Amino acid sequence: MELKKILNDLHEQGLQQIKNAEQLDTLNEIRIKFLGKKGPLTQALRGMKDLSEQERPQMGALANNVRNDLQTALESARQRLEEQATQKQLQAEKIDVTLPGRHRHLGTKHVITQVMDDIEELFIGLGYEVVNGPEVEEDHYNFEMMNLPKDHPARDMQDTFYITKEILMRTQTSPVQARTLEKHDFSKGPLKMISPGKVYRRDTDDATHSHQFNQIEGLVIDKHITMADLKGTLELTARHVFGKERQIRLRPSYFPFTEPSVEVDVSCFACGGKGCAVCKHTGWVEVLGAGMVHPNVLVNAGVDPQVYGGFAFGLGPDRFAMLKYGINDIRDFYLNDIRFLEQFQGE
Amino acid sequence: MRISTNWLAEYVNLPETPMQIAEKETVTGIEVDDVIQPAAGLKNLVVGQIKQLQQHPNADHLHVCQVDVGQDELLQIVCGAPNVALNQLVIVALPSARIANNEKIKKGKFRGVESQGMLCALQEIGFDESVIPDEYKDGIYIFPTDAQAKIGESVFKYLGMDDTILDFDITPNRADTLGMRGTAWEVAAMYDEKPHFEKPQIQESSTPTADLLQVQVTDEHLAPTYRARVIQNVQVQPSPLWMQRRLWNNGIKPINNVVDITNYVMLEYGQPLHAYDYDRLASQQLIVRLAQENEQLTTLNGNDYNLSGQDIVIADEQHALGLAGIMGGNESKISSKTTTVVLEAGVFNSVRIRKTAQKYNLRTDASTRFEKGVDVSATAEALDRAAQLLQQLANGTITNGQLVGSQTATEPIEVVVSPQHINHVLGTNIKTAEMQAILERLGFGVVQNGDKMTVIVPRRRWDISIEADIIEEVVRIYGFDKLPSTLPVGAQTIGGYNPHQQFLRRARSLMRSLGYDEAISYALLNQTEAKAFTYNKTYLTKVDWPMTHDHEYLRLNLISGLLNDLLYNVARKQNNVALFEQGRVFPKNDVAAVRPHEVEYLAGAVTGNIEDKNWQNSERLVDFFAIKGDVEELLMSLNKQAVISYQATDQIKQLHPGQTALILMDEKVVGFVGTVHPGYAKKLGLATTVVFQLNLDEIETLADKTNIYVPAAKFPPVSRDIALVVPQTVTHAAIENAIRQAGGKYLVNINLFDIYAGKNIKNGYKSVAYNLVFQNQAATLTDMEVNQHFEQIKQILQEQFGAEIR
Repeated sequence: MELKKILNDLHEQGLQQIKNAEQLDTLNEIRIKFLGKKGPLTQALRGMKDLSEQERPQMGALANNVRNDLQTALESARQRLEEQATQKQLQAEKIDVTLPGRHRHLGTKHVITQVMDDIEELFIGLGYEVVNGPEVEEDHYNFEMMNLPKDHPARDMQDTFYITKEILMRTQTSPVQARTLEKHDFSKGPLKMISPGKVYRRDTDDATHSHQFNQIEGLVIDKHITMADLKGTLELTARHVFGKERQIRLRPSYFPFTEPSVEVDVSCFACGGKGCAVCKHTGWVEVLGAGMVHPNVLVNAGVDPQVYGGFAFGLGPDRFAMLKYGINDIRDFYLNDIRFLEQFQGE
Repeated sequence: MRISTNWLAEYVNLPETPMQIAEKETVTGIEVDDVIQPAAGLKNLVVGQIKQLQQHPNADHLHVCQVDVGQDELLQIVCGAPNVALNQLVIVALPSARIANNEKIKKGKFRGVESQGMLCALQEIGFDESVIPDEYKDGIYIFPTDAQAKIGESVFKYLGMDDTILDFDITPNRADTLGMRGTAWEVAAMYDEKPHFEKPQIQESSTPTADLLQVQVTDEHLAPTYRARVIQNVQVQPSPLWMQRRLWNNGIKPINNVVDITNYVMLEYGQPLHAYDYDRLASQQLIVRLAQENEQLTTLNGNDYNLSGQDIVIADEQHALGLAGIMGGNESKISSKTTTVVLEAGVFNSVRIRKTAQKYNLRTDASTRFEKGVDVSATAEALDRAAQLLQQLANGTITNGQLVGSQTATEPIEVVVSPQHINHVLGTNIKTAEMQAILERLGFGVVQNGDKMTVIVPRRRWDISIEADIIEEVVRIYGFDKLPSTLPVGAQTIGGYNPHQQFLRRARSLMRSLGYDEAISYALLNQTEAKAFTYNKTYLTKVDWPMTHDHEYLRLNLISGLLNDLLYNVARKQNNVALFEQGRVFPKNDVAAVRPHEVEYLAGAVTGNIEDKNWQNSERLVDFFAIKGDVEELLMSLNKQAVISYQATDQIKQLHPGQTALILMDEKVVGFVGTVHPGYAKKLGLATTVVFQLNLDEIETLADKTNIYVPAAKFPPVSRDIALVVPQTVTHAAIENAIRQAGGKYLVNINLFDIYAGKNIKNGYKSVAYNLVFQNQAATLTDMEVNQHFEQIKQILQEQFGAEIR
């Protein structure tokens, strides 16, 4: 009976101490104290050999029960204390999540590049190749191939930075078209291209003029290209850039390299066509020039105008950006004020 | 060209309002820039007559007028004009009138005398200074008797201000509308109306013109058409008010009847004319020739010119009388004493006129027309028309016959077109009959000819000569709005960027990821900026007539532009800026070369903080290694096989001689990274600024790394640290190189983690520490293998640099 009481006392004391434990360390001490090799339970079990055959299994079962109970109690106490410790740590680690994060600045794409990429992607989708060419050009490609011989009065429309009599800063990206057209092998299919890039004009810089700006010109030459195709293409462009509700209007104009030539107006995206300051109360905003390629341009490039024909158009990304975002000074594009650049986070 | 709708209505029925005409014309033919109503915003301006005139009691220069404005009582008006006089018919702004600039007239007192309105000068009712006749420039306007101005009536109709004026923005090909008749044809075609013109009728005297004057064209190339008439007994006087108001509504200042008639006929026909005072000719001749070098001429605006052999002049036997087709000379100009007038109607070489007008900066109404072309079939008629008007308005006597110095064909030209092809180009199904109707509306003849059509185009439309021109005429009258909208069909084409474009785009995209904003700067710079930051011998390219020295030379570097951008920002208190630019530079390798190369470059420039101070960390200022790190990231991502190395340089003047490295790929210099020279930065006004520049074209040509899959190592790497003391002059690159040489094939990574100089280290020495990582892909490395290489590394470092291994 002695042993039984000892075991029952151990059981009671153990459970009580486990219950009172506040530290994981304490639990460990309790485990060693009660269940360790030198602990009372082990001691008690050693005393079993003195018991009778009859008592031994009873006491053995009791001792195992006590050990299991204490182990279970220890385990659940450990879980309880760990949970407490975790809670405490979490409490201690609480932060003000509204504090600002640390930033890695991402650079912005220049708004002109954004506008150009947007248009380039549209035309790539329509199967156009993108062709670049020299910015320092020959008079031959910039003017003569484009049906602007030396003394053509329309050359006055474009004031030119000449380097020599024959070499100049290109005033338009159409010389790229002349160069491409000259080389194109029509047995391999039609020519569909756009030529984006910088152009230069001998102008004094002010709010609406810049001696350097950008152009994207397009050219399609094949056997069955119509002015209706031009209209459809421009409609698509206008809607892509200025919104899908836009209407376009073609007006007769004059460019030496196209005939017929048209100016293209888009219904005002600021007022929807009712009339406002942006459209000068006309409901229309002039956005680009276009036309059917002049037979002389084809002949100059060695293409037979009896067989082939097509359309060309030219637009100004600077002007597009100004219209789209209401920028009223073209010089802003080239000053690179970061407060200006970083406004255009579209891409 | 300003088009008076009142005048236009004389030639063609106008079925719609001027505003509607403007809108329709804009989409059919010529853009109408503006619709001007001279009387808009003005009111209560009436004709008055000065009945009494007294000196103002308190002011010498003022008069007190009693003015009859058709009311029961005279109005008392104080007037300061020097030309005010009794009985004049004048413009009276009544009390409550509105005059120009939205100014309201009220009763008031001038130096104690009551004034019930104002007598107006033309400027005050909105006339442009440039069209006001000289005699009224400095005073009030006085109605001439032929105005038949009625007292008390509005002044608008007398002055032509009840008109509506359309401002045509004429493209270079449509100079046919630089005359009222051409415009009438255009508007008539638009409305399917028929314009009607009267042919001038003249009575000639029996005196043969040829007895009075000879005309001679030395080279028909100079003046393909040249005609003249002589008008005798001319009385020079102001022209009638109806003519004056048409002139000023068109932007031309009335001068006298003779000059006005030449201008008026120019407006009618688009054919410029010139009038000479016959008695001022040194010989009875008009000779069209090239000027002699340094021939002197004073034009009628009083300017002196030293002519060149390229200028066309009209001359008598002795000297030049005028710059042909541009401006007459002072010597032979019409004066009040002129009695015999020579009228000239010619067509001059457009290229020479353009060049001369440009050279002397002397663009006139005449030169503009000759540059763009005139109707050669109307020259003779225009000359007769001017003669007729001189007869009517200056009592002139027209002598017998026009003198002809030269003449060109005036018959219509024929253009053969195919209606089927026209529809093919337009993408339409316009019936041949409809095309014919359109062309006939334009006044063209049409002859059907099987499946072709011959279009007979009068010379007044000299812009038309080929089928494409006819297509334009058809489609614009047919209506662009009726064109269908389609997309090209035909063989498939594949769009896209080529590898070069993709490479440039990738570089730009990487720079943005590295935190740089994209800048676009000017390619034309001043000489200093253009050639700065170059490290090898290249030559500049200069444009011929720069607008300013700031934009005169093509850049050889992108950094100068970026530094300008940084400065612009810093001046606006934006002190932390990181910009990049991707664009072309234009080097010439040979001083004699005309055309520079065009090379795609990439550059970056950073000033101020690369990390701002925040609630956790203090700010981090830009330094060489921050930007070098960006360059390293960028080059790694460009994925080239080439070995990249950095070599100190002091050869770029604008960069810090101790903080600049050339960037080499496979031993080839592809750019540099460096701190801007403190002196240069200070001169510009910049704080510490670090820049880099790369030749992308050069880098693009290098072979790409082939991306072959290598499994991530299954066996553990072995890491060893080594610390050594070496002389300060030993570079990291040299140590790294030595370690690599001795490290064996399992050495995969060398990471410098500490540099120290100072206490406990000998003067002139530094302590450096590296972490070395060894890795065998195929097996676990043994200590022995690693130790063996580690010992070799120690040895080589000792041998090469006298390193003390710690």
